[in-house]
Amino acid sequence: MGILEIVIITMVKILIIVTIMLLTVSYLVYFERKISAWTQNRVGPNRVGYAGLLQPFADVFKLLLKEDIVPDVANKPIHTLAPILALIIAFGTYAVIPIGPSINLFGHEIAMVVADVNIGILYVLALTSIGVYAITFSGWSSGSKYSLLGGVRSSAQMISYEISMGFSIAGVLLFAESLRPLDIVASQSGFMWNALIQPIGFVTFVVSAFAETNRLPFDLPEAEPELVGGYHTEYSSMKFAAFFLAEYANMIIASALIVTLYLGGWQIPYIETLGLASWLTISLQVAGFFVKMGALLFFFIWVRWSLPRFRYDQLMNIGWKVMFPLSLINLIWAAILVMLLN
Amino acid sequence: MAKKKRMKDLTLLERIYLPEIAKGMALTFQNMFRPSFTMEYPEVKFEPPASYRGRPVLALEENGEERCVACGLCSRVCPALAIEVQAAETEREKERYPEKFEINMLRCIFCGFCEEVCPEEAIIMSKDYELAFSNREDAVYGKDKLLTPVSVLKDRIEFLRQYK
Repeated sequence: MGILEIVIITMVKILIIVTIMLLTVSYLVYFERKISAWTQNRVGPNRVGYAGLLQPFADVFKLLLKEDIVPDVANKPIHTLAPILALIIAFGTYAVIPIGPSINLFGHEIAMVVADVNIGILYVLALTSIGVYAITFSGWSSGSKYSLLGGVRSSAQMISYEISMGFSIAGVLLFAESLRPLDIVASQSGFMWNALIQPIGFVTFVVSAFAETNRLPFDLPEAEPELVGGYHTEYSSMKFAAFFLAEYANMIIASALIVTLYLGGWQIPYIETLGLASWLTISLQVAGFFVKMGALLFFFIWVRWSLPRFRYDQLMNIGWKVMFPLSLINLIWAAILVMLLN
Repeated sequence: MAKKKRMKDLTLLERIYLPEIAKGMALTFQNMFRPSFTMEYPEVKFEPPASYRGRPVLALEENGEERCVACGLCSRVCPALAIEVQAAETEREKERYPEKFEINMLRCIFCGFCEEVCPEEAIIMSKDYELAFSNREDAVYGKDKLLTPVSVLKDRIEFLRQYK
């Protein structure tokens, strides 16, 4: 393949992924509101378009048309940089997550992942760590005590949970013997899903993912009752929307990561034995990936509307005294399994 | 010293969180399938019970006569000074009628004192709760807006006879 072809194919992939992401993000907001309404026996948005389906667009237009207010005491360059950083990181992470098996199009073998990187998982971990900066910057540069507290909380929380997250992933890597997402998916063929093999690691990873995405029950950085809006208190208009989008994009990435690492990625167990046409198999597998992801997203929202927020010391206790040892135990368990199976 | 036992110590299972979380999540999941309580207002309207105190109105008999004799008690008792009555005389049996009867809905506090004090059962709190107006002049309701046929107010009149 020539350079030009690679560039064109990658561009098309990026376009598709970004479109999917933006659409999912906007409808995630819609479903967040709908599910919250259902759990509270309400109706939810139902005025804009059929059953409120155009509500996300109305929201976006509202935010676009609002005045962009920057506080006088804010550090303006960093105040502007923070939401951009948040968005770039949120969307950038998705590049390494495979949504399906490779397909053959016009004589080209095309992998259904934007960048097939050898160190994909490392890349994800690195980028999510940078994600802390977006929040810390926004908290620090706003020149408001609420924002600052939110930013500090967020960085402390993310650093503590990154560790148990990393150790949970280590167990997965032991099985896959690779950092490449495609290999990790391939290592979970059949029912060898990591969620079933190492359930402790699965639970620690999911909990850490909740903490990493700042979702309830770990949404201390934006705890409304105590911090007004947390790190984005001083943001308005499109900058606020950027944080909002980034939060939901992070949720999508977290669930895509969980699917890739623990739920067998795009694989549907034993679908090869059915003897379907290859195009049908592939589209079923891609659909399978999105169904798994959708179920996890529903789980994220469902948790948010069920559980109360942890207190800050409880959060740190769980992070260091519970999640960290548990992920270590999981690592040992995975190592023993690898030794026995080989 | 033995460790003080709290009113309700958590058991090990409760301290692991996960089973309790599962319980809570099951509850919210069940709620997703329950019917919603929302009344979608402009389409579905709330029908208040007879005890509801909405906009005060003047009762109009079936034969087109107004009950009010313009005694002015309502105006006297009104704590918000919302009611203005001007009496005039007629040849009819009741001899007096309100030439002008105005309720300023910006002032009315829906206390229902006027209704309670009325000797003729003429001023009655209706079930009307849609009271939007766009300027101050519209907020002063004259006789044209206040006079309401008794048949509409039946519920409230029965309620008053029973409980007043």
